[in-house]
Amino acid sequence: MQLIECPWCGPREEVEFHYGGQAHVAYPADPQALSDEEWAHYVFFRDNPKGLFTERWSHSVGCRRWFNAVRDTATYRFQASS
Amino acid sequence: MNPLPEHPDFLWRNPEPKRSYDVVIVGAGGHGLATAHYLAKNHGITNVAVLEKGWLAGGNMARNTTIIRSNYLWDESAGIYEHALKLWEGLEDDLGYPILFSQRGVLNLAHSLQDVRDSVRRVEANVLNGVDAEWLTPDEVKKVCPIVNTSQEIRYPVLGATYQPRAGIAKHDYVAWGFARRADEAGIDLIQDCEVTGFTTDGDRVTGVRTTRGDIAAGKVALCAAGHTSVLTDMLGLRVPIQSHPLQALVSELLEPVHPTVVMSNAVHVYVSQAHKGELVMGAGIDSYNGYGQRGAFHIIERQMAAAVELFPVFARAHLLRTWGGIVDVTPDASPIVGHTPYENVYLNCGWGTGGFKATPGVGWCMAHTIAHDEPHPFNAPFTLERFVTGALVDEHGAAAVAH
Repeated sequence: MQLIECPWCGPREEVEFHYGGQAHVAYPADPQALSDEEWAHYVFFRDNPKGLFTERWSHSVGCRRWFNAVRDTATYRFQASS
Repeated sequence: MNPLPEHPDFLWRNPEPKRSYDVVIVGAGGHGLATAHYLAKNHGITNVAVLEKGWLAGGNMARNTTIIRSNYLWDESAGIYEHALKLWEGLEDDLGYPILFSQRGVLNLAHSLQDVRDSVRRVEANVLNGVDAEWLTPDEVKKVCPIVNTSQEIRYPVLGATYQPRAGIAKHDYVAWGFARRADEAGIDLIQDCEVTGFTTDGDRVTGVRTTRGDIAAGKVALCAAGHTSVLTDMLGLRVPIQSHPLQALVSELLEPVHPTVVMSNAVHVYVSQAHKGELVMGAGIDSYNGYGQRGAFHIIERQMAAAVELFPVFARAHLLRTWGGIVDVTPDASPIVGHTPYENVYLNCGWGTGGFKATPGVGWCMAHTIAHDEPHPFNAPFTLERFVTGALVDEHGAAAVAH
């Protein structure tokens, strides 16, 4: 089983974590100004690279805190978390 | 059970790619091959190449659990999957090749009062759409599949099931080879070891594909690359609302016939059928994270096995033979994207999630129509890329008789 580095608790087994998808998807700064297409992209469209991906994880059965990680989606190997 | 057919003495040509085709299909899996077959058969379009980065039907087609059914809740989904099921029923004759299509029925188990209500609702919706469906009590489930544990003493007791008698399984390799042979006979070039590495464009048109075997000009391009669609669309600067996830499956050692139908369960999430040779073929849910690695985490298998053994105590002594992963492309509404793109001559077929195999002939038929007429077939018209902007979601999460 893969170990994931929780920035606060250290390496823990994968089953302790919850996946949160792409990181750094910011809520629109001016929501009123968004077109339907821009809203659709904010709500439904995410990057889906084969390779390094910046994503969110939650240590859901540990400290319950969210953190960001960089992981390779081809090898599943974590490069960094913070 | 059917006897296994002899291996054919030839399958298809292995041609060098020509420098130009009317239609280039990217991806020689089930969907790409079926699209090629119906382009030739229904529309007389044969100056076609199907490009495959690996070997023919070696991606998701070789990695799925081969279940075929059409018991979807929503009209749009029932439409395209039932169209596919009707084609499955005549496919051996059409392809002139055995595909071991076995209509042994599918049970979708209900384990809670809400499951029961949702299931009965789906049965009624199926019947209204001309899809065969029945609601079975636990005793009736036991008659269809005697090895299901219908004891009410277990953690998630079986409270009943929906039953689609016309559902079943087919032999995935033979399906691919049957489509491939027919497409090849029609003069379509099936080109393996040919990875698309880029596109040449002229404004809103794509003029060709760059490949590991040279540039190929194309009148029209159809993307049928399932879990790897984003890898292609990223090269076009086109964003699609899909996330690629590993989906694992596994088989047991060969057993004598013990399992007469297909059983699926959402709540405990395992699905099982017995292959013609005798393996128990099982699948579960997707692994949570994005991935292209064609494998997944072991705890998913562990949970799936726990569910399987509780539902089928007879499996407790079966040995696991092998596991594998496919890469599924999941959309926000768990429904496919089939049709036009912002590039006027590029057509998209993706987002089938965990359910692509059952749709194979149906989506091939619809893609061929879309390409030939430059407009969607009525069955794929609801499945546009634009629906995520207009808000017209099909939303099959929970309605599809399996959770993604």
